[in-house]
This record gives sequence, C-alpha cells and structure tokens, in this order.
Amino acid sequence: MSAVWTLIDLLAGRRDPAALNAREWEGVISVARAEVLAATLAERLADAALPGDIAALFADLRCAAKVQQRQALWEAEMARRALEPAGVRFVLLKGTAYAAAELPCAAGRQIGDLDIMVARDDLDRAEAALLAAGWEWVKADPYDDAYYRTHMHELPPLIHQDRDRMIDVHHTILPLTHRAKPDAAGMLARATEILPGTGRWRGGAVTEGAGAEEFNASTMRDADSDPSDPCGATSPFRGGFLRLSPADMIIHCAAHCMADGDLAGGLRNLWDFHLLAEHAERSSVQAAAERHGLGPAVARAVRLADALYGERSLTLTTADRLFLRALTARDDWGRPTRPFTRLAFYIRSHWLRMPPLMLARHLWVKWRRGSNGP
Amino acid sequence: MRHSIRISVGPAHFRIGSDWREPLAQLAALYATYPSATGSANATVHLFAARPWRRFLRPAVHIGGDFTIPDALPLPLSMGLLAAEMAMNLQMALGWRRHMLLHASAVERGGRALIMSGQSGSGKSTLAALLGESADWRLMGDEFTLIEPLSGDALAFPRPVSLKNQAIAEMTARVAADRFGPLLTATPKGDIRHMVPRANALAAMRRPAVPALILFPRFGADVAVQRIGPSELFVRLTEASTNYALLGEPGFASLSRMVQTVPALAISYPDSASGLALVEQLWAEALA
Repeated sequence: MSAVWTLIDLLAGRRDPAALNAREWEGVISVARAEVLAATLAERLADAALPGDIAALFADLRCAAKVQQRQALWEAEMARRALEPAGVRFVLLKGTAYAAAELPCAAGRQIGDLDIMVARDDLDRAEAALLAAGWEWVKADPYDDAYYRTHMHELPPLIHQDRDRMIDVHHTILPLTHRAKPDAAGMLARATEILPGTGRWRGGAVTEGAGAEEFNASTMRDADSDPSDPCGATSPFRGGFLRLSPADMIIHCAAHCMADGDLAGGLRNLWDFHLLAEHAERSSVQAAAERHGLGPAVARAVRLADALYGERSLTLTTADRLFLRALTARDDWGRPTRPFTRLAFYIRSHWLRMPPLMLARHLWVKWRRGSNGP
Repeated sequence: MRHSIRISVGPAHFRIGSDWREPLAQLAALYATYPSATGSANATVHLFAARPWRRFLRPAVHIGGDFTIPDALPLPLSMGLLAAEMAMNLQMALGWRRHMLLHASAVERGGRALIMSGQSGSGKSTLAALLGESADWRLMGDEFTLIEPLSGDALAFPRPVSLKNQAIAEMTARVAADRFGPLLTATPKGDIRHMVPRANALAAMRRPAVPALILFPRFGADVAVQRIGPSELFVRLTEASTNYALLGEPGFASLSRMVQTVPALAISYPDSASGLALVEQLWAEALA
C-alpha cells in the first residue's frame, strides 16, 4: 500500500499503527509533512503504542504545533487591538478560528496566515487601521494590487513589519469572479462569539449537530493544566473573538477546498471538513450550502471526506475518483506525482475562478510579467 | 527515488534519496565508520534532477526534502557530496524542533562543553577540528550544536568536518589520509574537503555535555579577550540559532538560563597555534 493511503488510513483509524514497519513509517512521515498533516497525525496517535523514535518525533511535532498555534492566536489578538478601536467587526476564519474555538480539527493543525472576514463596507477602515498598526503591503505591483481590489475576495496580503506575519482580510469566501456568489453579509450576521471550550481535544467527541446552536468545543487546556508539559504552550486566548456559524464554517471549508484553488493541501482541508461535518446534520448544512450556491461543492466534500476518512458508504462519481487521484498524488518520498492530473486541476482552478475572456487576459498579463499572483 | 541511503548523526537520522548513485557512494564512504542507523528516519533529503534529461545532460543536483528553499541553486554532479551535506544541514536548520539549534562548533572535555560561535571564516570549525585531534578533547560538531531546552545540555552533531581553503592543508598535515573525503575544488565556498572525526567523537556522539564556556573567535587579529555580558550573549545566540523563535517559551527559558550561567568571551587570535593556546588557557580559567 502506498504511503499516502497508509497516512489516510491511520488518520481514519482504519489501520493499526503497531503493524507498521520502520520503512512504512518513513513514507507516512514524508507524505504527512508534505501534506502539512504531520502534527495532526501525531495528535491523532498521541495515545497509541509507537516505536520509540516515532514517538519522540511525534512529541516534537505536537510541541511545535502548539507553539505555532499560540503564536497564531497572539496574531489574532494583535489584529483585534488594531481593528477594535476603529470599530471594525471581524470574524476569524480557517485555522485560527478552529484553534480559538478549540475544535477537534485544531489538534496539531498547521496555521500559516491569519485569515479574517469583515463587511465589504468596512474594508477601507480595516485597511487603514491595519496599516496604521504596522502592517505593510507585500505586493507593490500595480496590476496585482488592482486585480485583488477589483476581482478578489480579499485585500492584497499584508505583512506585519515587526512580527513578519501575514494577514488576509476577506470580505467574502470566494473570488468575486467565481461562478458561485455566497451570501457574505448573511455569514457575517450569523457569526457568533467563541465561548471558552468545555471539552477536550482528545477523547472528546463533538456530539451536537453543526446545524444546532453551538459546537461542543474541546479545549487546548491539556497543556494549560500540566506544568510539566515540555512545550509550555498555554493558550493566550481569552475569548471574545467571532467565528462563523457551524454550518457556515463547514460551507466555507468546502468552498475553500472544492471550489477554489488547485487542491493543494486538499487532504488537510478535507480532514478539517471531515471533523467539522462529521456530526452535523447533513440535510440542513446541504440546504444552507444551496442558498450560497455551494451545494455541489459541499456535496462533493461530503463524498470525498467519506471516502478518505469516513465510513466509505457513499457512492462516488467518476469525477470524484479523479479528485481522489489528484489528492493522493504523492510518492513515498513525499514528492508530487501524476503531473497531468495536477495540471488539469490547476487549469480547473482558474476556470472556476474567472470567465474565459478574463482568464485569457489575466494569463496574458501574467505571462508577460513572468510573476506569480492571484 | 532511484538510490537511497540512511545516515545517523547524533539524534538525527537521515533518509537520503538521490537520482544518481555517485553522491550516495561518496556519502557511504565518508560515513562508513559512523554507528549504523536503526529504526525510522526523522529527516528526509532529496537530491534530484529538476528535469528528467538533467540526470544525464549537464547533470545538476537540486536539493530538497521535508523542507526546501524555493530558490536554492543546483550544484554540478561533481559536487554531489557537497549538495548532500548542504541538504542535510538544511533539514536540520529548517526542520529540527527537539533542541535549540546553534550555528556553532563544540568540543567536550570531562563532561563539559566548549561552544564556539561565529561567522563563516571566524575559525570556529578549524579550532574545533584541531582540538578534536588532541587527546583530551572530543569533537561534538563543527557546524551545529544542539541545546536540550529542559536540561540545558549540549548535544553533539558530529558530521564530518567541512574544511575550507587553508584549513585543508592544516589538517591533512596532521591526520591520516583515510579520514578525508575527496577534495572538491572551486565550489561556491572555495575548496572543500570533509574530514571524519576521530573515533571517540563517533562512539560518544549521543552523550550530552554541560556547557561550560562560550567563545566567539575571530581569526587574523592580535590576541585579545573581551568578556560578553548576558544581554549581549542572548542577542548573539538568538542570531546564531536557526530555530530559536520557533521553540517559543521553552527556547526563551532555556536561553535565558544559559546566558546567566555560562561565561562567554570574544577572542581574537593571529594563527592556529596561538588560538589553541588561548582556548586552553581560557578553558582552565573558566573551570577554576
């Protein structure tokens, strides 16, 4: 069995970690690192009996992820100190939101940039407040800048001059040129305050439906309460941030991995989706997704997450199987494989993002400049 | 990948894959006397051709692995051994989280470690290599020294010493020929030749030592010694560490303790002989 499927089976709980040999572990770890799932796997197998060297590496990975999450939550706090005085209401998205809400998918999850959402009418004020607080533009290129402002769902990325951390300020969840037009105002209106967690990361299942009022959140306080924890990574989070409603969070996750981008990081995003949606009431989430024009994206995410991490009870379409081929295109060294499948999904990502004429013009400008951009 | 090898250096266990046989054959020869690697690797290295035909046509070795630098320039296949060493260092510098990684050489004597940090050309590698050849010392490493955050212990990373330019002649005059790798000429860093540490360094490569003295050597000036206070030492060591910021609070706590308990000196020396004498003298004073 290939390393990528061994990784998937370990995450899904279909494979006994004690049965893996040293060579299989190496492949699993290389693939997990490439898919930024290494610390997630380390958390998933935190209580499993593992060979000594694997257990030591996994302890390193768990520590590093906890420190990183602590830094990510601190970055959210920095954004709040910049935006709150300006009266800008903002919602945490993606990894930072999962970590702040202490959701099961936050365990070991890598968090890169800080993603937040504000009302479109608040964009100018948010931008001014962040610039005044020390964030700076990454891109000086006027075409890229204009492109972001006219067609994208977010401001051009900003980096803080001292902390060197990036913030993405969204005003909706998909590019404006995308065929689906989600109801961003509705998402913002339904966003709720994150309450301090009541459960635990490990062992604590999310029991309530995501269509229901609140996640039964689990906590990161394993680390807080244990003074001997070598990571020393207590959470700086003291509540008060906003996050999307459970259903909107699931829909955003699906939009992010199915309707936008070229499936890079797809195994990780579908792991998020799997844990977010696992106990949700499927029909109500699906109905909400239809209202955002994202019914097909959510339905596909449900089928793929089921095929990867779930019961494997749903019927896959031919296209789903192509998605699975692209998602699992890595060799045992963690290197990408199946270049034609990957290229096809890269082209698809642009096809979804913009109408053909606009795509042609965009690629022409990009080709002449030889630069990377949105 | 087509060819692969496993190498164990201190706590690191590398799995190295390559599109070519030659670099791995050279690695195997260089690391022949190292303890064999058991279990699973904790770092993976790729030596690869960016395009299939570049395996044969003007072969260029790109380096990668668990962690990559997007714009790293490839090296010609004749420098494949250097590429492999750089790739292994890269995985340590970018990926290692168990310890605080200091860009520093270190030697051990009586269970205590002398750590030497400085820019390339400061002489930290040559001093460590020379000390490592004397009977009293054990070479812990010429490039990285690992600090265990909880205990503050120094751990060895005794990869083969990367001798550069004049240091090559200095060491080949003293050390048996079978401990050297091939001479690599006209690399981006000048001439390079790897030297396998003495057997005692390999036998004890997983034995920690307590840091007792930190030196910042500077080669090529008259003998001078200047004390470095805790605050300046803190700043210098954060600059010398590749992963300090990523370790978060434990890294801060560990470094704070270290700068308050371990004496540090900046030293200048005109040549290796006076440098060695100065180090021995300062070591004796530090332990007195």
